[in-house]
Amino acid sequence: MTASRRGRDSGLVRPFVIAGGRPIPSRNHFDHHTLVISRPGTPRSHLTAEHRRVVELCLPGALSVAEIGSHLDLPVSVLCFPLADLMDTGHIITRAPIPTAQLPDEDLLRAVLDGLRRRF
Amino acid sequence: MDSAAASNPTAGISYLGGHETTVKIVITGTFGAGKTTFIGSLSEIQPLRTEEQMTAASAGTDDLKGLPDKTTTTVAMDFGRLSLSNELVLYLFGAPGQERFQTFLANLARGALGALVLVDTRRLGESFQAIDRLEELGLAYAAAVNTFPDTPSYSVERLREAMDLSPQTPLVFCDARDRYSSRDALTCLVEYLLTLSPELAR
Ligand SMILES: Nc1nc2c(ncn2[C@@H]2O[C@H](COP(=O)(O)OP(=O)(O)O)[C@@H](O)[C@H]2O)c(=O)[nH]1
Ligand SMILES: [Mg+2]
Repeated sequence: MTASRRGRDSGLVRPFVIAGGRPIPSRNHFDHHTLVISRPGTPRSHLTAEHRRVVELCLPGALSVAEIGSHLDLPVSVLCFPLADLMDTGHIITRAPIPTAQLPDEDLLRAVLDGLRRRF
Repeated sequence: MDSAAASNPTAGISYLGGHETTVKIVITGTFGAGKTTFIGSLSEIQPLRTEEQMTAASAGTDDLKGLPDKTTTTVAMDFGRLSLSNELVLYLFGAPGQERFQTFLANLARGALGALVLVDTRRLGESFQAIDRLEELGLAYAAAVNTFPDTPSYSVERLREAMDLSPQTPLVFCDARDRYSSRDALTCLVEYLLTLSPELAR
């Protein structure tokens, strides 16, 4: 599986603010339920042990920021630093939740309701 | 992955695809109200736990003032995950409702659909605190009364009055140990959120 194919197929994006042509990921970007997945094939030898643990944890599939923090025993507030670095270097991509400025819309709430009723 | 060794740290982890939309609901209430139990009854993964450090300055309570060397306190949060469809995943985050955890709760509330307050009628006064916190944050909530064996039985009216619930705020009874009962409490919350959605301007 190549990096680009996986990224495109999964609908994941690299959300960043373009400033002077440079992507600047914000630590505030990482909510507890933001999904993170690693891009396969990115060089990891130069990474710190902590950064590498994050990348390797998220290679098999996507996990939320909270799940990563729990598996690596890192508070979310601390985990945000390596996550921002790794997004900057292209090692991870994220799927941000519905932007917080946006109100939960009716369709989303209905989908949640349907899911809850159907789940059990 | 086929080559996964027994020592693989990713073994046993249930991964998502990465294309899913994720939503979160905050579960709050006093210590012992049933937050961990509630999340455990609904989660498809073994419920997980993270810890955050909070400074005493943001905590500002008497019990911390008594500890001169203690500048930070740890707040633990447990959470669970429930896939609602192939495209939609719900995260449930449990957060203590006491005033000194307000900063923590505020962080968690950002981007949440709403909150469910678990109420232990043996400690109604403390449940009130959790409700105050949510109102300060402007996060819509429903109240779920967990019935414990030694629970004094109050009428719905008495409970509403004691918690000063507005007439439209849902109040349900719930057994957090039972996933169907827990699911019904969440359903009730989301139905309520739907009634707010057109004018929900936070
Ligand atoms: N009877 C009854 N017991 C419950 C209920 N929810 C939780 N408990 C019990 O109450 C205790 C405290 O629950 P816990 O989930 O740890 O509370 P937390 O501190 O809010 O996370 C545990 O022994 C649970 O088994 C409930 O709805 N009914
Ligand atoms: Mg607990």
